[in-house]
Amino acid sequence: MAVASIQVSETPLVLYALRRADDALILGHRLSEWCGHAPMLEEDMALANMGLDLLGQARELYSYAAKVEGKDNDEDKFAYLRDVRQYRNLLLLEQPNGDFARTMVRQFFYASFADLYWRAMMMSDDATLAAIAAKSEKESAYHLRHSSEWMIRLGDGTEESHARAQAAIDDLWAYTGEMFYVDDRERALINGGIAVDPATLHPQWLKTVSAIVAEATLALPKSDWMQQGGRSGRHSEHLGHLLSELQSMQRTFPGVTW
Amino acid sequence: MATPNTPLWEVFIRSRNGLAHKHVGSLHASDATLALQAARDIYTRRGEGLSIWVVPSGTITASDPSEKGMMFEPAESKIYRHPTFYDVPEEVGHM
Repeated sequence: MAVASIQVSETPLVLYALRRADDALILGHRLSEWCGHAPMLEEDMALANMGLDLLGQARELYSYAAKVEGKDNDEDKFAYLRDVRQYRNLLLLEQPNGDFARTMVRQFFYASFADLYWRAMMMSDDATLAAIAAKSEKESAYHLRHSSEWMIRLGDGTEESHARAQAAIDDLWAYTGEMFYVDDRERALINGGIAVDPATLHPQWLKTVSAIVAEATLALPKSDWMQQGGRSGRHSEHLGHLLSELQSMQRTFPGVTW
Repeated sequence: MATPNTPLWEVFIRSRNGLAHKHVGSLHASDATLALQAARDIYTRRGEGLSIWVVPSGTITASDPSEKGMMFEPAESKIYRHPTFYDVPEEVGHM
């Protein structure tokens, strides 16, 4: 009795908001998977807090996408009733949690980008996106600080924590390029002053990441081959499993509330 | 998780300007920076704080419970130390 997926009219601005909303929802969901399972109570709370920050960002962005689209869709329908191929998030963010080091490396790679991105988006000519950016910037600044401190301690910690952090960097590095990728549909928004060109953030991102990784006595891979596809709905096998859990209730009992 | 790598820290929160930092609880963390982060995540989630102190629990010198009699009982019989033996004139109003 699964309910069918919705149709979305992906104008450039709707698509733009959905891509950022999906980033926040998927990473937020990944962090929520740690709830009750983190290595220590203190980090259990920290990860859940950050997950809730991201869920809040996702809700605002989905609501804005729904308003811009002007159809029958809303934040819940975007989250619960789109199929895996309709999701637009970065591949990096759907990668499984793995161990604590892997979760922190993923968080660090993204937060170091999101911090710059939201700060730049505060200057957007789109008043709603600028307002969302102003709120999100403070959250991502803390996410960056939290994950940076852990990068340093895992990398410069024990032999085992170092090895796990380095393995996570090596595995996830190829997913970082997608954060700076721009397609034609975003180019128009960038030229219109609505969106930030992420390529302009790359030098500062690399500087921040390199400095922390060096302090952590870790190393960035030499390879510059980058994976992409998430922005246009071509995902890794992991996202389908994530969505089957995230959406199971609404797919089985459409419109259920409690 | 009381391991040598994650010692105990006491957390103090100041909720408003002009108030003192109040003890709110404790947590485990490997060092002061992570203790401060954890305190933020655990004890200020509902907007409780403007400022946080974390103090290594081991640095606190506490009174000995077995000396309770000597330490505290002598004060119990001296009710005249409470400021309740003064007549407050009407004009002063609520103090």
